Amino acid sequence: MFTTIVVPVDLAHEDKLGKALTVSADLAKQYGAKIIYLGVTSAMPGKLGHNPAEYAEKLQAFAAAQAAKFGVTADAKAEVSHDPTIDLDKTLMKAADAVGADLIVMASHVPGLADYIWPSNGGTVASHSKASVMVVRG
Amino acid sequence: MSDESTNQGIPEPEGHSEIIDTEYEIGQDNIETQIGPFGLDIHNPVFLISGLSIIAFVFYTLALPEQAGNLFSWLFSFVTKGFDWFFIGAGNIFVLFCLLLIVTPLGKVRLGGADATPDYSYVGWFAMLFAAGMGIGLMFYGVSEPMSHFSSSMGGTVVGEDGVRTDWAPLGAAAGDQHEAIRLGMAATIYHWGLHPWAMYAVVALALALFSYNKGLPLTIRSAFYPIFGDRVWGWIGHVIDVLAVFATLFGLATSLGFGATQANAGLNELFGIPVGETTEVILITVITSIALISVVRGLDGGVKVLSEINMGLALLLLVFVLIAGPTLAILTGFADYLLAYVEYLPALSVPFGREDVNYSQGWTSFYWAWWISWSPFVGMFIARVSRGRSVREFVVCVLLIPSLVCVLWMSVFGGVAIQQVVQDGYTAAQDAPLELKLFKMLDMLPMTGITSFIGIVLVIVFFVTSSDSGSLVIDTITAGGKVDAPVPQRVFWCVFEGAVAIVLLLSAGGLSSLQSMVISTGLPFTVVLLLMCWAIWRGLMAERR
Repeated sequence: MFTTIVVPVDLAHEDKLGKALTVSADLAKQYGAKIIYLGVTSAMPGKLGHNPAEYAEKLQAFAAAQAAKFGVTADAKAEVSHDPTIDLDKTLMKAADAVGADLIVMASHVPGLADYIWPSNGGTVASHSKASVMVVRG
Repeated sequence: MSDESTNQGIPEPEGHSEIIDTEYEIGQDNIETQIGPFGLDIHNPVFLISGLSIIAFVFYTLALPEQAGNLFSWLFSFVTKGFDWFFIGAGNIFVLFCLLLIVTPLGKVRLGGADATPDYSYVGWFAMLFAAGMGIGLMFYGVSEPMSHFSSSMGGTVVGEDGVRTDWAPLGAAAGDQHEAIRLGMAATIYHWGLHPWAMYAVVALALALFSYNKGLPLTIRSAFYPIFGDRVWGWIGHVIDVLAVFATLFGLATSLGFGATQANAGLNELFGIPVGETTEVILITVITSIALISVVRGLDGGVKVLSEINMGLALLLLVFVLIAGPTLAILTGFADYLLAYVEYLPALSVPFGREDVNYSQGWTSFYWAWWISWSPFVGMFIARVSRGRSVREFVVCVLLIPSLVCVLWMSVFGGVAIQQVVQDGYTAAQDAPLELKLFKMLDMLPMTGITSFIGIVLVIVFFVTSSDSGSLVIDTITAGGKVDAPVPQRVFWCVFEGAVAIVLLLSAGGLSSLQSMVISTGLPFTVVLLLMCWAIWRGLMAERR
């Protein structure tokens, strides 16, 4: 059914990813698919690294830990964006396309009032991506 | 071109760079909170103090307009008259420092690590740094400043009773000598728009880019002070520096937005008979702010960069048109002649002490230097944001030399044509018109006035938008403790806030000019800041592998 599952991760808010990480691992085992953890960073120094290279290392370590924890094949892909606040969705979809994702499993919050003005990233990706998208709430 | 390459995944580790190891974690002082439905990620206390002190100052100006006006204009004249030597001297140091970086081996250091590749193509990069850096001034002073210096130079020197010169001519003037008066007038203008302002921007931009991309410190003004204050920079010293930068940026933008609306209104009145008044001006500010808002919400690549490129295209179009429709040959020989005049007069113009042309050196030069320097945190930080991957030498050449040349060309064309109109044709409408109309009066004498004047108005507005949107991004980043991925509502807040402050000040009598005097006065502390930055850059570059 699925061969490549992409899971966008925000390492700064790892605590909110729990459900999405578990369900993506379950699906990967079910279909023998590979998981790619996808992270977006800016070139500026941030909480997760002084530069994009450091960020990429962290993401790789995260992927390795997840692979060991769930017993799945996993890899990481880090993307640089000039303005991540705005370009996040576009960057995610482009990267998912580039790695040939056929399923995107994405954590999202329960929609609120603000989503009428700025839709959640999960919502936007679900509306526009060519791959199947599973939005995991809460 | 290379714009596309950045989304192809992380480049391999970017080669050697000397990361500064500090205990500080970016975002550690930030508060992540929810106000109503909107998430926020703001620096504590920089966001709150900046916001509240800006509101307090606006209220102070509104509540006690006379007292505030007197205080700020005293401050302004104290700063520009009392410290002219300091501004002029420091300006020279910045230029020499930048030129030194080009020729020394330090120029080989690459921003973002030895193997970093540029984030933006030359066209996109140049369009953005130019739109943020010069903006609207070119539209208003392109015709008026060469004309002023030319007229005052022709008039010769006048000494008052107390032995102090009362004329506004630069240096020793050129009484009655028309050719020399033109050359002196042009040189005196180019001095204010050429190497010196761009060197100020380059120093700030280079300091921030170096300490963020190569040393791994957050992209905020305080980071450039790490070599001086060490880890104390994350405490109150740093808060003060950042708040001051936000303050200067927001008031700088809001006051120019207010004045710009007044000037655009005058232009619209001249062209289309649209009434001059507060209603039109408020509408103009609202329109400009709305376009800026769309731009910041579309982001750096989809909004700011696109607008900057449109802006540069339009400006180029107008420049080429005036060049062709005007006396082309005279302008081109003029360009070379004025450039030469600049080189010739530069040493005398940049002498900091014992100046006899006090009105020129204090009223013009010192004012300009304070003005450019008060803008430098904003412009410098924006330039830093888009300059990753350039080598120091490439950076300085492109931020210092090329924009200077473009400004020389711009002044030669717009000022040159207007002066030719006076000298050759005896057409003095541009000379006599008020500041905001000079450009349009000059265009009146050229063919297709309707179209070119319309482009002129559009350019005035777009130039404002490109300052406003990049300014909002800069303030947003500073008040988020150097994070560039803060939630959208924050940048929307700053953009709207800036427009609102501009409208409030516009509607209060004298509010705009008194606060502008205050902003320009912040140029004094920032000059010290910039001098310290030169030292920090030097130390920072020495530690990098070349």
